[in-house]
Amino acid sequence: MSNAELIGQDPGWIIALKGLIIFATCVVLTIMSVWGERKIVARMQQRIGPNRVGKFGLLQALVDGIKLALKEDLIPKAADRIVFVLAPIISTTTCFMAFAVIPLTGEVNFFGRKTAMQLTDLSVGVLYVLAIASVGVYGIVLAGWSSGSTYPLLGGLRSSAQVISYEVAMGLSLVAVFIYSGSMSTSEIVAAQQQWWYAVILFPSFAIYSISMVGETNRAPFDLAEAEGELVGGFHTEYSSLKFALFFLSEYVNIIAVSALATTLFLGGYHAFPGLGFTEQWLGGWFTLIWFFIKVLMFFFIFVWLRGTLPRLRYDQFMKFGWKVLIPFSLAWIMVVSTLRVMSQQEAPRILIVAFIFSMVLLYLAVTTLVDREKAKVIKAAKVTNSIEPDFPVPTIENSRVEQING
Amino acid sequence: MINLALDIGKTATPESFLFYFLAPLSVLAAVGMLLVKKAVHSALLLAWVMISLAIFYIAQDALFLGIVQIVVYTGAVMMLFLFILMLVGVDSSDSLEENIKGLRLVAILSAVGFGGLLISLISRATFGRQIYGLAAANSGGNANGLAEQLFTKYVFAFEVVSALLITAALGAMVLAHSQKSKSQFTQRDLSISRFRKGSLKDAAGLPGSGVYALHNAVDVPALLPTGKAAPTSISAVLEARGDMIESSNFQLREEEEDK
Repeated sequence: MSNAELIGQDPGWIIALKGLIIFATCVVLTIMSVWGERKIVARMQQRIGPNRVGKFGLLQALVDGIKLALKEDLIPKAADRIVFVLAPIISTTTCFMAFAVIPLTGEVNFFGRKTAMQLTDLSVGVLYVLAIASVGVYGIVLAGWSSGSTYPLLGGLRSSAQVISYEVAMGLSLVAVFIYSGSMSTSEIVAAQQQWWYAVILFPSFAIYSISMVGETNRAPFDLAEAEGELVGGFHTEYSSLKFALFFLSEYVNIIAVSALATTLFLGGYHAFPGLGFTEQWLGGWFTLIWFFIKVLMFFFIFVWLRGTLPRLRYDQFMKFGWKVLIPFSLAWIMVVSTLRVMSQQEAPRILIVAFIFSMVLLYLAVTTLVDREKAKVIKAAKVTNSIEPDFPVPTIENSRVEQING
Repeated sequence: MINLALDIGKTATPESFLFYFLAPLSVLAAVGMLLVKKAVHSALLLAWVMISLAIFYIAQDALFLGIVQIVVYTGAVMMLFLFILMLVGVDSSDSLEENIKGLRLVAILSAVGFGGLLISLISRATFGRQIYGLAAANSGGNANGLAEQLFTKYVFAFEVVSALLITAALGAMVLAHSQKSKSQFTQRDLSISRFRKGSLKDAAGLPGSGVYALHNAVDVPALLPTGKAAPTSISAVLEARGDMIESSNFQLREEEEDK
């Protein structure tokens, strides 16, 4: 039975219980992931990390949360009070909603009833997640605007531009998945990956999604909206106490949500790793939950790894990357994927398909070679010949653009 | 999900409850949008109207339309509005002065005309037509049914609209594009030009204030090998204002007495 049919038979109390479980899981996972992030980053920087509260410092995030809640709650005089209070509420409520359509397990036995751990199954589930994410950004933008001060406003501005541009790339990366699975429902996309994960057959889409999900969640190296080196704290500079805690919570829940979506769309969702399919029946089907969270936490580790490794991008570089690299590349890739899909549906001869793939690879190589040559030409043209030789050694200057300066 | 098997013209109880709850709220928000003073508040209320419209669409089984309404209008279009509003300024409220003569009259006339056009079109599409029914329209799936209509029957209209939108976007870009007034020199270009200037005196940048002097404040110039003050080491403004302090001022008194 498919997940959609299983969920359709749920009585009200199961739906309520599932909602509660998902909410509780998200909160606990956030607390644990804050601890995990601090521990992992510490290890990467040759430190030990939190180790005072509880065994291995496990309760550190919990105590930090209590400390935040007990702090004084300040609202700046220049702030727009209603919007200032509304912003963290929007952020927090929307970040949990994405989990409603994510299938966490296959068929399981839930207090004597057969069901699947998924709150609801929409025929446009993935678009629903995108919609929720785009409403969630209002929290950040409004927080920036309503604070009535410069740095938060700049953070909010950056965030709105960032989200508009990276949402386009993210949406385009999903198109190939829709084309291949023939559906926009999360559970059907998982079912379509029984044989091959889309991370393998649609690798470029997977790469684009992975990049844009970091941009979408405001995480390093794309955390320009809070950029503590330039904007103090960005959009949440003026927030304190519980309101700040809500932003903190929603950031981590968002990370888990985009990771869960990536797992669902590209890594086969709750299915086991290839060759370990027999484990899916263990514990009456509940073992699939473990597989799901292993994959999600893998993504989370990569998020932390990125933060521990890469410096923040400059704003113009970040925008250029989104519009001039990710989006054109996605568009070209969608054309290739849909051509291949139509070919295989119309049962074109295999030789034609191979020839098409071969010609696409050739085309790619040709384009990149041309781009490289153009770059080399520019560099050659910029070389200055009549310069005065300095009378003592100085570093050589490559790719100089002096002509532009002189002229 | 609303029961599809209901007779046409009847509404299920949850749906009517939803309608009577949300409809007044969205009308209030729409009226508020016109009345509030701050532009951002009005944009927020408009976003709320759009979201409640999307909820109505979803309740009426137009799932795809509802979700896309949120993604496109609330997510992208309203976000762009907010972006512009924030660029324009936090506290700016609309001025009610008439810059172009007769603008108000033209605006009222075109609003009435547009409203009339909408009413006539919707009523022509609604009254005296046979009702097709949602169940039949959604028989092949909501998104599939929409896609079939858009890409077969209405493909020309669809393409014309998209061409229009692209033209508008391009036009806006051309109008807003301006030649850069400031130099485009990057840090790298400036550094290169320092090296190419003939003398390599300032290749490593200008000397800092207070180098070899007895005090390193910004208003104390660096000392050259001859013991004179280096003019490039402090801001020209300070020098012109006469706020420059000679290094010798900081010499210790005992030292002077010793000499």
